[in-house]
Amino acid sequence: MLNASLKELSALLAGKKISSFELTQTFLKRINELNPALNAFITVDAEKSLAQARAADERIAAGQADLLTGIPFAQKDIFCAQDWLSTCGSKMLANFSAPYDAHVIEQFNRAGAVNLGKTNMDEFAMGSSNETSFFGKVKNPWDVSRVPGGSSGGSAAAVAARLCPAATGTDTGGSIRQPAALVGITGLKPTYGTVSRYGMIAFASSLDQAGPMARSAEDCALMMNVMAGFDSRDSTSLEREKEDYTRDLNQPLKGLRIGLPKEYFAEGLAADVAKAVEAALSEYRKLGAETVDISLPNTRLSIPVYYVLAPAEASSNLARYDGVRYGYRAPEYGDLTDMYQKSRAQGFGPEVKRRIMIGTYVLSAGYYDAYYIQAQKLRRLIAQDFETAFKQCDVIMGPTAPTTAFKLGEKSDDPVSMYLSDIYTIAVNLAGLPGMSVPCGFGDNGLPVGLQIVGNYFAEAKMLNVAHQYQLATDWHQRMPLLHGEG
Amino acid sequence: MQWEVVIGLETHAQLNTVTKIFSGAATAYGAEPNTQACAVDLALPGVLPVFNRAAAEKAVRFGLAVGARINRKSVFERKNYFYPDLPKGYQTTQLELPIVAEGGTLRIQVPSTGSGQAYEKDIRITRAHMEEDAGKSLHEDFHGMTGIDLNRAGTPLVEIVTEPDMRSSTEAVAYAKMLHSLVRWIGICDGNMQEGSFRCDANVSVRIKGTDTLGTRCEIKNLNSFKFLEKAIEYEVRRQIELIEDGGRVVQETRLYDPDRDETRSMRSKEEANDYRYFPDPDLLPLVVSDAYIEEIRSALPELPQAKRERFINEYSLPPYDAGVLTSARELADYFEATLRSLLSKGVGILTTPEYPSAEIFAAKITANWVINDLSSALNNASLEIVDSPISSAQLAGLLKRIQDSTISGKIAKEVFAAMWNGEGEADAVIEAKGLKQVSDSGAIEKIIDEIIAANPGQLAEYRSGKDKLFGFFVGQAMKASKGKANPAQLNEILKQKLAG
Repeated sequence: MLNASLKELSALLAGKKISSFELTQTFLKRINELNPALNAFITVDAEKSLAQARAADERIAAGQADLLTGIPFAQKDIFCAQDWLSTCGSKMLANFSAPYDAHVIEQFNRAGAVNLGKTNMDEFAMGSSNETSFFGKVKNPWDVSRVPGGSSGGSAAAVAARLCPAATGTDTGGSIRQPAALVGITGLKPTYGTVSRYGMIAFASSLDQAGPMARSAEDCALMMNVMAGFDSRDSTSLEREKEDYTRDLNQPLKGLRIGLPKEYFAEGLAADVAKAVEAALSEYRKLGAETVDISLPNTRLSIPVYYVLAPAEASSNLARYDGVRYGYRAPEYGDLTDMYQKSRAQGFGPEVKRRIMIGTYVLSAGYYDAYYIQAQKLRRLIAQDFETAFKQCDVIMGPTAPTTAFKLGEKSDDPVSMYLSDIYTIAVNLAGLPGMSVPCGFGDNGLPVGLQIVGNYFAEAKMLNVAHQYQLATDWHQRMPLLHGEG
Repeated sequence: MQWEVVIGLETHAQLNTVTKIFSGAATAYGAEPNTQACAVDLALPGVLPVFNRAAAEKAVRFGLAVGARINRKSVFERKNYFYPDLPKGYQTTQLELPIVAEGGTLRIQVPSTGSGQAYEKDIRITRAHMEEDAGKSLHEDFHGMTGIDLNRAGTPLVEIVTEPDMRSSTEAVAYAKMLHSLVRWIGICDGNMQEGSFRCDANVSVRIKGTDTLGTRCEIKNLNSFKFLEKAIEYEVRRQIELIEDGGRVVQETRLYDPDRDETRSMRSKEEANDYRYFPDPDLLPLVVSDAYIEEIRSALPELPQAKRERFINEYSLPPYDAGVLTSARELADYFEATLRSLLSKGVGILTTPEYPSAEIFAAKITANWVINDLSSALNNASLEIVDSPISSAQLAGLLKRIQDSTISGKIAKEVFAAMWNGEGEADAVIEAKGLKQVSDSGAIEKIIDEIIAANPGQLAEYRSGKDKLFGFFVGQAMKASKGKANPAQLNEILKQKLAG
């Protein structure tokens, strides 16, 4: 059952082979056993989850079940869920119980899914290793001395370790794809505007996008059917026809043109990662695809551009955490300014403070034009690179991350080296395009490698098809880490 | 030394939308603190703004009313600063691309002062942009603490900025009053200054008359009455001139006016000013308005005060002063025209007052007089708005008709008006019930005059010996004897004949 796909679980539930209550209990038990070693969850509330499971069982009994009714999902702690602690991995919100549901949570609730708990994450989604969480580091289930990637590291680790059938993540610069790659699962960051950001705690509004993290492309497609859709409460939500993301899963790949950006296979890419990606490309050729050499010349600019724009937005988005209305307030302070300063100094961790300072700096009078405006111009150039590339190919492929999972603490003191682990993912967010990571093998140290698939705007169904066909031909996505504590 | 005062105003007018500019919470004034603040207004984690297009419609209406260019694309930006009544830590406003661009003007009527005549002047509107209001900090009721009421947070505002075109506090007040009248006229703001719906910041500087460069300005914040605006500017002008004349220098700063002490005080200097780190709000798309949308709003605009004022002058030959007063509020202008129309519909009759060129013009003038004087002061005393007048325009026309056709004198009309105000019925009913009909029977008037003359032989002799002033005495006596009902024109004529002997 731990390895059952969403479709299989759905069939088991519909056929009354298992109840949602039992299924939820099974995963809660596994979380209980394995989470202490992984620290993938911030909040688990068996009572709440089981109450939802009972309601789902009633709905199934009444014959009103949807496909995902009764299936438990882990939710990244960036999503507000009514009466659940919604901490965003920060001391600042450690005591914040959300009074409302995020759109994504609402959508899962509507589908009758069970909230299995809130997963750990880098503080305010700022990080690539899940080491910045106030609630402690998350460990990679393949090697607990290593990072699971970030910022959706808790969701990634939970899915990889089979603590949940699937989970949600969010991706601002690679926060779904990079951890998916580092723990060997499948993750999709949709086109910007596809999934409503309402109730998703903001990091960088123009880049943040929620998406599924699951074991297979097919599971991701089923989750997209629940998560995507127009929401008038998010002004950047796109008003489009509801689509079925599973519709093209079984299309053959013959004639598919795969673009290979030379910049993604250059200096900085680890040899074992390159090897696994090359092998995946050979597999695609076998499936009838052809590869085309392309160039994304402004790739090298994406990290500096991102580290101007994302902190700029973050510095403003995080201004609301001032200790006045909710969240952390310093226990002792003098006047108002002192209250602000102490509350924020004590409530935010060092990476968040670093980005607030960078963002404040680049927006300051005298620097705004040189940094913010310049970065916006380059952002358009980066998007144009992709526009040009998609004239030559249907999808773009390359590594998701330059290396396999690195050691805990290895890059904690070197932010720039940490930032470079998102070199292949960030440009996709800047362009607003959809991107995926699919397991494509293992590196020298036995750690998973992810293949990144980037599609044109709204090409999610196509990308899921491309990933699904590969997963029919390979079994990388079914490999499961061996965990201590298992019976 | 001759000093010239230079003033520009920035006015915040609350747009009278039902809900807030970026949330669905109500904007009504006066609710219990924090009962009209939803998750968005409280800036809870994860919430997002959704723009209320009703605010844009009202801002565009303003732009068109002053003849400004409307930006087809305007952009909301974040103005970042920390304050407890600013929940998000930034105010969403418009900076680079405001909804109302340049090109607007507002014509003001500057009243005569001791030193000069009344005149008109055009004040240029630089721009007008939409933004959200902040909440309120309540310092009074909390010992050693500050209360925060976020009911007002997110109320839509339009900030209207002028060029530094005003040269005196009188002009500034005339502008503020004209603008106040306009925003109410076009129905975008209730104009309630006590509730903070309309408040001004004044940028004030002085320079030696004849120089071109502007002096260093000070901004006086949050002036929420015309009187405070006037006094604050006057104080500030005196302060700046004295400072310079004493060899000092004006420092650019923000100042607050203290009405209790009638002075302005420094709030923060330019050096202390926040760096607001403006940038386009990534949660909101640029606001795009089409030509068709703008034309639709333009075609629905009412006749504007300036046009109406000119029409009253041209069509009804009203003096500019009367036309200005009547067009100070749309309801007042409407009441005036409704009364006049009703009066004219009763037939103009013959002109009995030779100083007016036509019966129509006479009708317009007496209507204007009664609306501006008797009705307005009665409403004022009762603290009523014109729309709540106990005397309808049709009823007032009924009264004016009786003045015009000489059924009653102007003086008796005041008595009838008072009775009508008290709900004693239509003019004719009151006249009938109180027997106030003017006496136009020359026999009856002659009889009264004969009696008065007979009773005052001494005064008669004096009059006849050349003391003309005594004519007034006889008029008064005769009028009194008729209980005010004698037709004044007839009485004058007959009295003149009789006194001549």
